[in-house]
Amino acid sequence: MALALQTFATVKDANAALKAQGSRYLGGGTLVVRAANEGDVSVSGLIRSTEPSLSAIVVAGGKVRIGASVTMAAIGGHPELGMLAKAARAVGGPAIRNMATIGGNLFAPAPYGDFAVALLALDATVSTEESETPIETFLANRDGSRAIVTSVGFTLPPQGGFRFLKVSRVKPKGISVLSIAAVLQQAPDGTISSAWIALGCMADRPMRARAAEKALLGRKLTEDGVAAALAAAGEGTAPITDPIASAWYRAEVLPVHLGRLLLA
Amino acid sequence: MAKVPVQFTLNGSETAEFVDSGTTLLHTLRDKIGDTSPKGGCHQGTCGACSVIIDGELRLSCLTLAETCDGAVISTTSGLSENGILHPLQRAFLDTFATQCGFCTPGMIMAAKVLLDHTPNPSRDEVVEALSGNICRCTGYEPIIQAVLTAARSNSQNAA
Repeated sequence: MALALQTFATVKDANAALKAQGSRYLGGGTLVVRAANEGDVSVSGLIRSTEPSLSAIVVAGGKVRIGASVTMAAIGGHPELGMLAKAARAVGGPAIRNMATIGGNLFAPAPYGDFAVALLALDATVSTEESETPIETFLANRDGSRAIVTSVGFTLPPQGGFRFLKVSRVKPKGISVLSIAAVLQQAPDGTISSAWIALGCMADRPMRARAAEKALLGRKLTEDGVAAALAAAGEGTAPITDPIASAWYRAEVLPVHLGRLLLA
Repeated sequence: MAKVPVQFTLNGSETAEFVDSGTTLLHTLRDKIGDTSPKGGCHQGTCGACSVIIDGELRLSCLTLAETCDGAVISTTSGLSENGILHPLQRAFLDTFATQCGFCTPGMIMAAKVLLDHTPNPSRDEVVEALSGNICRCTGYEPIIQAVLTAARSNSQNAA
């Protein structure tokens, strides 16, 4: 059965059309068309909006707002978002990055959604027409979300304050064994004053490593300083098992890779 | 269901077609227009065999709906040769034995073309990165990488 695609000039009209049963929002197509190609019969209609604000990147006063239709390629090539380029380029190959959107990445199930891991570490907010939600809350409730995501906002961390690592068995890139993003702030003496660490593939969606964050506070980024954080890294995780890696393997290698990220 | 009219420029020629709403570009190119150079491999965005160039960007035609290409400029491998003379990339793929079964070749060539369009003299790492979304199960990739580097050298020699 063919999927009827409806295109609307405004998000408001698209939101109204999205209320129809079986309709899904079409961003870059890398999730929803893929699902349809795979035979997902729950998708019977596609809705999209061409509202220009969905494709805008605004960087002002240290704040960033990225429209939901902005692609990974656009983020990876934006001159003011250089610190996020590594995370954006971690998503798929060149063709996927020309299609996959930041809005869609919020809905990508593990082992996908590497960029959402970065956004979680950045404590981003997710906007719809009617609300603005902390990303952690948004991710927790995303399965029931029906309102079209319009943009994602966050504060740019200080230079060098953002770290990202994607672990893959295939070089130069492949699907994630796991991904880690961290936003760290250090006091003048080098001790960690604030830590936000997000993990991908360690649950069915990106999650915070709260125990590791807590264990880093007041410590320095040395082997001894991060030891407690590495020991606590797996706390609260429920890694996925898939053809890339088992949950056991992911749990075993997480502290190794977190250590490499923190000590880099 | 009513058909939807779609118009785009395909390999330099104005093309118009009526498609069912929600039809992929891959299906439209292969089964409606008859350009079978893009291949339907995984239909999941994983293999890259369906890669085409849309408005200068590499895209996967299996995940792109034809309606969203209205007014676009689309290039496929079948439009690369001119007057029976192979494009330098096609020539290089032949000369370096970068093709075995050939299924991945059109996607590889389009990925390489986008690279060379923007980076005429790429490094090996840039070639590897450009081809990272395309899977080949025959060659082990090395001849393909060499083909792209050979085509780049050929282009620069011709330009000199």
